[in-house]
Amino acid sequence: MPAFVDIHAVTHAYGGVEGLPAVEDLTVRVEEGEFAAVVGPSGCGKSTLMKLATGLQFPRAGTIVVDGRQVSQPVRMAGMAFQNPTLLPWRTTLDNILLPLEIVEPHRSRLRRHKAEYVEKAQGLLAQVGLKGMGDKFPWQLSGGMQQRASLCRALIHEPKLLMLDEPFGALDAFTREELWCVIRDLHAARRVTVILVTHDLREAVFLADRVVCMSARPGRVIAERKVDLPRPRDLEITYSAPFVDIVHELRGHIANARKAA
Amino acid sequence: MSAIPPSPSEFVAPAVPAVSAATRRRNRQLALAPWVFTLGFFLLWEVACRALKVPSYFLPAPSVIAQASAQYWWQLVFHSFHTLWMTLAGFGLAVAFGILLGLALGASRLVRAGSYPLLVGFNAIPKVAVVPILILWFGVGWVPPVLTAFLISFFPIVVNVATGLSTIEPEIEDVMRALGASKRDIMVKIGIPRSLPYLFGSLKVAITLAYVGSVIAESNASRNGIGNLIARASADFNVPLVFAALIALAILGVVIYVLTEMLENRMTGWAQRSQLAAG
Ligand SMILES: Nc1ncnc2c1ncn2[C@@H]1O[C@H](COP(=O)(O)OP(=O)(O)O)[C@@H](O)[C@H]1O
Ligand SMILES: [Mg+2]
Repeated sequence: MPAFVDIHAVTHAYGGVEGLPAVEDLTVRVEEGEFAAVVGPSGCGKSTLMKLATGLQFPRAGTIVVDGRQVSQPVRMAGMAFQNPTLLPWRTTLDNILLPLEIVEPHRSRLRRHKAEYVEKAQGLLAQVGLKGMGDKFPWQLSGGMQQRASLCRALIHEPKLLMLDEPFGALDAFTREELWCVIRDLHAARRVTVILVTHDLREAVFLADRVVCMSARPGRVIAERKVDLPRPRDLEITYSAPFVDIVHELRGHIANARKAA
Repeated sequence: MSAIPPSPSEFVAPAVPAVSAATRRRNRQLALAPWVFTLGFFLLWEVACRALKVPSYFLPAPSVIAQASAQYWWQLVFHSFHTLWMTLAGFGLAVAFGILLGLALGASRLVRAGSYPLLVGFNAIPKVAVVPILILWFGVGWVPPVLTAFLISFFPIVVNVATGLSTIEPEIEDVMRALGASKRDIMVKIGIPRSLPYLFGSLKVAITLAYVGSVIAESNASRNGIGNLIARASADFNVPLVFAALIALAILGVVIYVLTEMLENRMTGWAQRSQLAAG
């Protein structure tokens, strides 16, 4: 029985056969509703893992199953957010958030006639991430943190079963980052969406995730997995508690080893 | 050119009346400067022509040019409109064709790789050299000016539209593809709006080129238009009329440019504002 996201013995290389693979013999399983974090040295293939799981790249070897189906084309039910918020500057924040609905069925064909309903939904999401009433602003009128919040709304508006976050807070200052941790934590709790978060911030990974996957240096494979059994809901205070610090410390050891091996 | 933004302290500096009066005087001077300089230029010209007794068949004084303009005003207006019409027709063709080709180039790597050498080679030909062929094919008339304007101006449009399309951020493309967006969806929702500021940026260049093209072709392949008027006037040694026509060209060129710029500002305000916000 495959897991919700089941990456099995996957090897992938960009361009050409002779190139050193980006990931090799990579096996990752993520259960439905689980929050998984992927950490590893930079260039180890974390973003590649994201692209493989969403069908934006196809592996040279191995199998990838998402939601019971072998991935042979883009998965069509993933929401994605990146370090760069990539909002479209010619659209208002609200219209940016509605963008996925112009693509994904059944919303695509319903959007025009049920616009009000969708706008209301988007407003609700905006309020949830602390951007109430900002829908009319253009992205360039928002701060980096606010743009990232809007980008999260865009990733969630079509109620994807899978949320892929690739270092979404990498470019933000420490305070904004912690605020957004809480936003993500609450969104995940409210929707039970499956989340895969790529990050290089171990505290972020441990605070948010049910399970942290450590990858080796390129070619990336899993070198350690750590279940995070801290009770939920977690408060920011928990990041100063002894069990939290212990887990972060343990993961640090794995990453240090991975870098040394490289 | 990016001016260094004033530091906040410059905004909150105590408003000493003397300073603000000086600033106001300076602003007034800045507003007047273009008029003063332009008037001064023509005045200098006039004075130099009279003082040095330059014959008007060599360099006519502005007053003589003004007389010629008054005398030939109907011809000048008629031929200006003809030139405008040739320019706009060629430019319109260039926009339509340029957008289509630009979309094809931007959307397909294969088309881009295949046709770039041809395009670059074609663009390298000075278009004046093509006019004789156009006369040979289409005879003297309205076709050569329109086609020359078209040929000379479509290239920047193609390049800019293609650039706008081919520089889509890979992340937003990933977001779209992971939603199941087709190539066409990505073009319509992202590529085309994104390439609009590039397109409008190129229109200013293109209209100027089209104008050059139509005037060049008119001067030896047409019986109408300012280019032809200049050719005939200079054959008659009517130098004041030549200069009057040149000034008509300048005015027409500025009008065309400003109109295009206004269109650009209307259509792509977001790009300008985002630049302001960023810098
Ligand atoms: N589009 C691409 N073409 C060629 N090589 C790539 C491409 N994307 C990533 N790579 C290479 O694959 C490796 C893994 O990249 P990536 O998955 O982006 O790493 P990470 O996200 O962990 O920093 C890197 O060494 C990178 O150079
Ligand atoms: Mg990455």
